[in-house]
Amino acid sequence: MGERVLQGKIWVLTDSRGSLIEDIDTDQIYHNAHLHITDTAQMGPFALGNLEGWKDFPKKCGAGDILVAGRNFGAGSSRQQAVDCFVALKVGAILAPSFSAIYFRNAVNSGFPVVRGLSLETWVSQGKLRTGDTLRIDVITGEARNVGRGLPLEVAPMSRVQLDIYEAGDLFKYGKALA
Amino acid sequence: MGRTVIEKIIAAHTRDEVRPGRIVWMDLDVRTARDFGGPNVVKNFEREYDDAPPADARKTFFTFDLCAPACTIKSADNQQACRDFARKHGIEVYDVDRGIGSHVLIEEGLARPGTTVVGTDSHMNILGAVGCLGQGMGDVDVAFAFKTGKTWFEVPATVKVVLKGRPAPRADAKDLTLFLCRELGTKTIALAAAEFYGEAVRRLDFAGRVTLCSMVTEMAGIIGFIPEAENRSEVQADPDAEYADVVEVDVSELPPQVALPPSPNTVKDLAAVKGLRVDSGFIGSCTNGRTEDFARALEILEGHHVRKGVMLKVVPATRKVYEDLLGKGILQALFECGAIILNPGCGGCAEGHAGLTGKGEVEISTGNRNFPGKQGLGPVYLASPAVVAASCIRGEVAGPEDV
Ligand code: SF4
Repeated sequence: MGERVLQGKIWVLTDSRGSLIEDIDTDQIYHNAHLHITDTAQMGPFALGNLEGWKDFPKKCGAGDILVAGRNFGAGSSRQQAVDCFVALKVGAILAPSFSAIYFRNAVNSGFPVVRGLSLETWVSQGKLRTGDTLRIDVITGEARNVGRGLPLEVAPMSRVQLDIYEAGDLFKYGKALA
Repeated sequence: MGRTVIEKIIAAHTRDEVRPGRIVWMDLDVRTARDFGGPNVVKNFEREYDDAPPADARKTFFTFDLCAPACTIKSADNQQACRDFARKHGIEVYDVDRGIGSHVLIEEGLARPGTTVVGTDSHMNILGAVGCLGQGMGDVDVAFAFKTGKTWFEVPATVKVVLKGRPAPRADAKDLTLFLCRELGTKTIALAAAEFYGEAVRRLDFAGRVTLCSMVTEMAGIIGFIPEAENRSEVQADPDAEYADVVEVDVSELPPQVALPPSPNTVKDLAAVKGLRVDSGFIGSCTNGRTEDFARALEILEGHHVRKGVMLKVVPATRKVYEDLLGKGILQALFECGAIILNPGCGGCAEGHAGLTGKGEVEISTGNRNFPGKQGLGPVYLASPAVVAASCIRGEVAGPEDV
């Protein structure tokens, strides 16, 4: 059952030059060497396990933390594990300018909050969002705030459909609530 | 405000507001699962819904085309699990004898202009060739679609792609398609619906339209439509429809094209690859598996023979195509030229059935993907049926003019 307001410490996925990393694919998120694992709880340690500079992410990340990534997050294969590994780590949300279509579907269907922030690149380059900052997001209105710096920001509110599934828990639960 | 083709189709299947970027609930006219993905659809369905029936068994189908007939025990098992489920609920199965699911849906009149179809096949958007909104989805989505007859769908932006000029007379639909893979790459129409216009696409026959629309997936598009195809009653865009982008591609005097490993977007003129040794050829797949494709290959092969040491695998897309080819004497003629004739289906296009390549084996194929490992360990070059036929006669990459 998704919360309307999410608040957490952010991890900004930047490269060595400090820019948001674009096109992070599902092999970088959850490598195919671990696809045999079927228990979601065991997938956490492999999250971002193949992303240069972020391999220790599972050790650093705390429950409720929010991930900020570059455009086209989740490109590549359709593997659900690339969403589930963040569920296992209890990541609070993923924020990106855009997601690959399949990744977005998979996340929405499992009730995991994926939020689009079109101006993320600018905020990151202007230093308005840095790893360690605390971010608050209202998924219904799209209002967001960098709490520590007192900066108001704006993200795309969840659409009705995404919100319905999010509130129900997942796609199947939503469908049953309709019946 | 006017609507693009995809906006019109979606609007006819939802009560929600249709605007690019909005997510709507969309009614599905047909929902399908194939032999890969199907068993997980069944598993999801039974875990969530027990013995409850699907929303409408008459609009629900299985199509077995990847490993047909089953060549491993695991596949046989998976197919049988789908059959059992289908029997229980009165769902029709287009079984291992029928061929490629998306093509069967067109032949059966299930995928028609203006309808919506989903299935566990990432090339389901090939149905854009008949003006149908087809989409490939995962097993969770398809299980939900089986049960509810609906899916949620984000209305994509539409990009208008206008082809200028006329390709060279020897170039065919595959050359045009590969050229678009080359020019559009994976960014120009990414996550968007494409509408193709211009004389070069207007005169494409059904087989040619299928070829073009089948590779919109490789251009990272959601789907492609050819609204002004000749003699068709496709859904048309409104004159004042809004496009996210209008792209012009000059195809005048376009020569034959070949995609080199490692991706369908690494495309060059045939002339740049001529002479490269070829061990095997494959004519078939959802991209080039229609009667017209084999007839064109035979035009080149007639009076010649596949070179000794080269394997030419011929795989009609469907049983109907197979029957048509038998009736016209085309299979017999291809056989006499030295081709190996396989039963209808996906053949060696994906790992699953006959016709995979070994390490170092160079294949030239009419398929749509040549990513490493997709058809085996050997490097794969993508080309038209005519180029594949000519290459198999010569034992090296060659064009019709070389035989
Ligand atoms: S022929 Fe190949 S691309 Fe087409 S549906 Fe079959 S496996 Fe997929």
